[in-house]
Amino acid sequence: MTRAPFILRHPSTLVFLAILATFTVGVTVLSEAVGLGVISTSFVKTLGMTLCFCLIAIAMDIVWGYCGILSLGHFAFFGLGGYMIGMWLMYARTETVVIDALSAEAIPPTDAEIVAGIGNQIFGVVGGSELPAIWAFAHSLPIQLALVVLVPGLLALLFGWLAFRSRVTGVYLSILTQAMTLALALYLFQNDSGLRGNNGLSGLQNIPGFEGAGQDNVSLAFFWASAGMLALCYLMFAWMMSGKFGSVIRGIRDDEARVRFLGYNVEGYKLVIFTITAIISAIAGALYYPQAGIVNPAEIAPIASIYLAVWVAIGGRGRLYGAVIGAALVSLASSWFTGGQAPDIPLGFYTISWVDWWQVLLGLGFVLVTLYAPKGVGGLVDKLVRKSA
Amino acid sequence: MSALLEVSGVSVSFDGFRAINNLSFSIGEGELRAVIGPNGAGKTTFMDIVTGKTRPDEGTVIWGERSQSLLKMSESAIARAGVGRKFQRPTVFEDQTVFENLAMALKKDRGPFAVLFSNRSAEDEAAIERLAEEIGLADQLPRTAGELAHGQKQWLEIGMLLAQEPRLLLVDEPAAGMTPEERDKTVAILREAAKSRAVVVVEHDMEFVRNLDCKVTVLHEGSVLAEGTIDHVTSDPVVVEVYLGR
Repeated sequence: MTRAPFILRHPSTLVFLAILATFTVGVTVLSEAVGLGVISTSFVKTLGMTLCFCLIAIAMDIVWGYCGILSLGHFAFFGLGGYMIGMWLMYARTETVVIDALSAEAIPPTDAEIVAGIGNQIFGVVGGSELPAIWAFAHSLPIQLALVVLVPGLLALLFGWLAFRSRVTGVYLSILTQAMTLALALYLFQNDSGLRGNNGLSGLQNIPGFEGAGQDNVSLAFFWASAGMLALCYLMFAWMMSGKFGSVIRGIRDDEARVRFLGYNVEGYKLVIFTITAIISAIAGALYYPQAGIVNPAEIAPIASIYLAVWVAIGGRGRLYGAVIGAALVSLASSWFTGGQAPDIPLGFYTISWVDWWQVLLGLGFVLVTLYAPKGVGGLVDKLVRKSA
Repeated sequence: MSALLEVSGVSVSFDGFRAINNLSFSIGEGELRAVIGPNGAGKTTFMDIVTGKTRPDEGTVIWGERSQSLLKMSESAIARAGVGRKFQRPTVFEDQTVFENLAMALKKDRGPFAVLFSNRSAEDEAAIERLAEEIGLADQLPRTAGELAHGQKQWLEIGMLLAQEPRLLLVDEPAAGMTPEERDKTVAILREAAKSRAVVVVEHDMEFVRNLDCKVTVLHEGSVLAEGTIDHVTSDPVVVEVYLGR
């Protein structure tokens, strides 16, 4: 018996990819770089970063919505991905600056002098001049790209192995993931962590080798890369969850013990899911921070991972497009409200300023969704589709 | 004849309460056995020990012709070795279809990557359809398991166990909450199942046990009180006093 190809059996994936493609082309046509110039370069960046949030949101949906592990640590992997690519961006750019500065001297600089110059430039801000050992590969783009995957991947593997093997589940696991995130953030806040303490890594929007390309073109390229990666990962996750593997994962969410008595090694499955989603989160971070321009330890703080859970809950757990809707909706609304674009509401005796009140609105929205639409915005989409069908 | 499962001298205490007290039990290949006993006799704990959910304080649990100890194995490894378990309440995956439930249980490689890259073959589909036929759910395959009637869920779970192709099937109170017709059908399914594998049925209901027509083990306060045919144990004055007299 032959079955229809994967994509035809899952029309929602096809619809999502079509919408994403239309959106990407639409933004390109309206951009300053190649098109009509209706959408500013900074807004292209915002949209590109939003796509990265959508990417980490689908990873969160897999680990939480499908597998039932409420991880409050996936933003740590996102941040780590940013740090790994940020090291190369900062090193390579500083290298050009240093070589330019030294070329004015009569004697051509030695390699050691260049490295010392780079160390001074990058670490002067935290009172250092030596490049720490963890920067050993910062000169190499391929190695740092590999580290984007390896460092968060191995951290997730180790953490997951310890936690799942001890059968830590539910709220205890959430607390444990949060503790990991907090520990990582506190470590990075230290000046001697080797990653510039609370200054973080900056100037990441300047892509070495593309100085002449202009931010409008670079932004659009990253926007496309983010959209492409989102499409790819969406397809991959949809495929993973469509078959028997997805059945087992959802089974673990609903009744872990039963899956175990069916002969499945539940811990192994959880570890696979936790690690894969951590890697995808890191890739999302590696695409996000060159658009944001700066990564610092505050980005890794537990609150970011809690926001991630809120996005997915509002969008609707257990459906990938729900996670995308939630992340896009809430993060765009958040930047609108906190960016000072939302008009304040004068009440006479008090003025509601959205910069302060946005969080209250978000909290209220979260409570309302939990109470009245537990399946989230994605659940409402399901209802509409079913009604029209 | 060598036993398929040999439990000997097993004891386990919870907070000082001896749930299982020096229990010995053995079952041969292809045997059907009923285990009865009053509440708190240790029937469920006994199953927990065999399936690896509870570790006993002392005693041994030996499995198969290679005399493996089950005590060092994880629940999933024990299940893969050939011990299937049906819980008291029907536990099927309610969000998934009958087909998906059975597909998950089908005896195949259980490793995450093997499952991820597995393709549903025509043989698998045929096997699932055959199973569905056997448990009377052939026309329910595309339905969500949560929509099934209570009795149908029980059969689906038995079907999932059969799909695992276990050598030993542990069934906890299969007839609970069933109508008389459903009970008769369950007896038929279990007797059919016992033709090719060992089956242990834990049950309260005397009539049901009588219909199974097999050797009966009576548990009381964590150890075996009597063993034999149903007529033998029901005429045993001690059994009558502790169990049937109530």
